[in-house]
Amino acid sequence: MKVSKEQALKFYETMCLIREFETSVKHDFLNGEIPGFVHLYIGEEAVATGICAALDDTDYIESTHRGHGHCIAKGADVDRMMAEIFGKKTGLCKGKGGSMHIADFSVGMLGANGVVGGGYNLAAGAALANKMILKNDRVSVVFFGDGASNRGTFHEAANVSSAWKLPTIFVNEMNQWASTTPYETTTAVKDISDRAKGYHMPAVIADGKNVFEVYAAAVGAVERARAGEGPTFIECKTFRVEGHFVGDPELYRTREYVKENAALNDPLTWFDRTMTRKNGYIDGVIEPQELEAVRAAAKEKIVKAKEFAMSSEYPDPDQYTADLYL
Amino acid sequence: MSIKSYREATFDAMKEEMIRDGTVYAIAEDINGNGGTHGRYTGLGEAIGDPGRVIDAPISEAIIVGSAVGAAMSGLRPIVDLRFSNCIPCAMDEIVNQAAKSRYMFGGQAKVPMVIRAPDGILKMQGAHHTDCLEAWFTHVPGLQVVVPSTPAEGKGLLKTAIRNDNPVLFFEHKKLMAMTGEVPEEDYTIPFGKARVVREGRDVSVIVYGIMVSRALEAAEKLAAEGIDAEIIDLRTLSPWDREAVLASVKKTGRAVVAHEAVRQSGFGAEISATIAEEAFGALKAPVIRIGAPFVPIPMAPNLEDLCRVLPENIYEGVHRALGRQSDR
Repeated sequence: MKVSKEQALKFYETMCLIREFETSVKHDFLNGEIPGFVHLYIGEEAVATGICAALDDTDYIESTHRGHGHCIAKGADVDRMMAEIFGKKTGLCKGKGGSMHIADFSVGMLGANGVVGGGYNLAAGAALANKMILKNDRVSVVFFGDGASNRGTFHEAANVSSAWKLPTIFVNEMNQWASTTPYETTTAVKDISDRAKGYHMPAVIADGKNVFEVYAAAVGAVERARAGEGPTFIECKTFRVEGHFVGDPELYRTREYVKENAALNDPLTWFDRTMTRKNGYIDGVIEPQELEAVRAAAKEKIVKAKEFAMSSEYPDPDQYTADLYL
Repeated sequence: MSIKSYREATFDAMKEEMIRDGTVYAIAEDINGNGGTHGRYTGLGEAIGDPGRVIDAPISEAIIVGSAVGAAMSGLRPIVDLRFSNCIPCAMDEIVNQAAKSRYMFGGQAKVPMVIRAPDGILKMQGAHHTDCLEAWFTHVPGLQVVVPSTPAEGKGLLKTAIRNDNPVLFFEHKKLMAMTGEVPEEDYTIPFGKARVVREGRDVSVIVYGIMVSRALEAAEKLAAEGIDAEIIDLRTLSPWDREAVLASVKKTGRAVVAHEAVRQSGFGAEISATIAEEAFGALKAPVIRIGAPFVPIPMAPNLEDLCRVLPENIYEGVHRALGRQSDR
């Protein structure tokens, strides 16, 4: 699928923003500046970017505990995201959610989820609401890892989405690792998307480092969903470069293994390499200095986001009971 | 007023709310096929003129409840029916982690207005997987509200409040209630959560109950009255929030309290009530609080064993005597 150069640069901008955000979070967490627990999306940027580029603001996504990338790609404000991760009152969730429960309903980001596999049913519910009751053409995307595909909730949501032709799009981030367990230890299928067959759901496998391929798969799925034809399964083959969480000693895999696979699957270097020469995705090429300018702008934006977070205050103590009931 | 069964009164509540508000829909297993368990939904789609808002679900409790959470966050007001309270554990993540916490965790961005109807209690020999009274579990989860209605009129008013309410509500309905009849007002009315009802005023002892136990307490009170014992009966109506003030005021007046529920006595909601009375009305107590509940076993099927797990008017009657007897021992 060919896109305009502007669109390609937009992809790059989002991917760089995610990479810079995560790099900054990693640094600040290890420095003891960020409280709590963080899971990074480094290496998987093309997935969230390609999928969310095919969505409108009024479409919904359900994210995971590795959700910063989804949140940024859906259009959340990075200042308020960073403030949330620092637990500040200017955060998207007023500091009460943090990294694992970040959400921005204003852009249709219905929340990261601390429960692995907790998002499918919520996404299918939003799809049900929009198609069957509100009768509009909004779609719902649920992101999930290979580990989460073993939850029963996947099967319950896949079944109703298919039975009722709901506009649910299942986006599997096949990053090879379920927490600290290699996926093949607990999973017989090589391609997670094989499971879609059991629900009469079309499945596409996309190269998770290739944002154009992911985007094309998403565009197809969104068209199908909006046309009332039902759900699609998109499996993106990718690689989790970082440990399960920041601070994970990664005793379960070697540095060489990580280095090799990170290099093979990195969406940013793939993009740089592909776009700076003649390619099948855009007319012409993108000059290295144009890419450098995008990277620099992303870096600056994240530096500012951190400043915003650092200069914000923690929630007022009297807020601890707020927003529980209506 | 007209005489209606609990089933009819709560059907009317749903019908009226679904006609009034197009964002209310109902979803459950067998909801159209046989009108759901106890036929409580028979003809609902036609009655509201929109069969598309009464949805037959697969036997998949996690998606039934989880989809309701997602739909509620998208602006709808789902009514979920789980057939039996014992089906609730299949959807615990959806209730406890998703429905209950989304609003708070996301800093007020989410609104999760939904009702989970769950018939519970001993009817007749349905055994351990269809009978538990689990209301106390959910009073332990911030973000949820718990309602246990006691009569047809109460059921109608409380269900309407639950549907209009913007929070996730667990609505526990004893199976014995379904066929119970009573006077139900014709006009549109709601019953606020957190406001107990004094069902019978009395001087000698406070009997604090909810759900099916209200009618059983009334029966016990009649027998006690014949002996000159004047019991005050308080129907809590809702357990989260619950009306501590009404309970404490009554206990301060009578000096004695009997708390009864059909749920297992150990860690039942009666423990919360008793502890609150001990903490805040200790000085007014003339005797220890008497706590009545089912024994600590799964409900057995054999009729003679099942009977041992029921909490009946005579148990409340005996409880009141114990409350009075201990005082007279002093």
